[in-house]
Amino acid sequence: MQIFTGDQIAAELTALGITDVIWIPDTDMGRWESALESEKGLSLLRVCREGEAWPLAAGLMLGGRRPLVMMQTTGLYESGDALRNVVYDLNMPVAALIGARNWLTPHSTDTARRFAEPILDAWQLDWRLIACPDDRPLLRSHLTQCRNEHRAGFILLAE
Amino acid sequence: MAVCDSAAAIPLRDVLQVLADLRGETDVVVTNQGSSRVWPLLTRHPLDLHFNPSTMGGCVPLALGIVLSQPQRQVLALSGDGSLLMNLGCLVSVVAAGARGLTVILLDNNCYDITGGQNTAASSLNVDFAELARAAGFPAVAALDGRTSWQEELTGLMQQPGPRFGWIRVEPALREDLQTRQEPMADQLQRLRTHLNGRPPGPAEPEIGGSRKP
Repeated sequence: MQIFTGDQIAAELTALGITDVIWIPDTDMGRWESALESEKGLSLLRVCREGEAWPLAAGLMLGGRRPLVMMQTTGLYESGDALRNVVYDLNMPVAALIGARNWLTPHSTDTARRFAEPILDAWQLDWRLIACPDDRPLLRSHLTQCRNEHRAGFILLAE
Repeated sequence: MAVCDSAAAIPLRDVLQVLADLRGETDVVVTNQGSSRVWPLLTRHPLDLHFNPSTMGGCVPLALGIVLSQPQRQVLALSGDGSLLMNLGCLVSVVAAGARGLTVILLDNNCYDITGGQNTAASSLNVDFAELARAAGFPAVAALDGRTSWQEELTGLMQQPGPRFGWIRVEPALREDLQTRQEPMADQLQRLRTHLNGRPPGPAEPEIGGSRKP
């Protein structure tokens, strides 16, 4: 089950006023590539390692853009210090959509699944889980609320 | 301890002073690690950002974000060799993004200067950073040290279409220079945003949509 199609996610990001998606895709997000690339007003920026994504987002925000970072939980773990620096040292209200690997796989023993929530909590991030199609409205409502309150907002998207 | 080629390395202050002289009035300069301590001793400008505290290797991506958001500007990223080694892929990201206004200056002192001058993994390898940049696709690359007419070559590099990459052999910073007290990050960011965008940061941004609690 894929909770958002490419067209749906592109429409949501447009509604949020997102100008740039910074990403390293996983299998699920990767299906959105053509929709994101073809969306007018949205720039798709590819980085080589997840640790680049957070300071890149900070630079874009400094210059007046509204980026969204997309990566998998594994990339989130890898890039933890860059995230810490941008959210807490630079006080940047970054927005991110994190693909939760194996969340929808019953009885998965994937350690990437096990540590998703504890890691987000350890970084003291304000996050919401989207685990089924009915949860889709959380994407817009949570990221909007976080932005309006000038704090980082994270969505954990079940895969 | 790292052994820098003292015959070829240029004093860091000399390199930074030339860069400060070349810098245009609307150009942004992002410093990092050692350069963030020394640059403010030479020059101050509202479009300076001394990225410290930082995440190692974050200087180039942050500068890339600024230039992509403000493509009419020139942005200068000053990175150390230890920092760049932590994030070499960013050179490919810069080229992929088509950041023509970005200049990456690698201040290569062949060691981790801030932590006391320890070797990096590259210290004994003669890594050719210019070739790495060329291989990543940088169209304008210069390799400079004290044996070259480096001031003229640096000036020439800055006049070429970007993204540009300048690899400069420098001496480690003077110990006393590294003690420079920095402007608080919050103050830096507010000043920079105001001068980049012509308005105050954060709270002045218009709210969007309706806020719905989940």
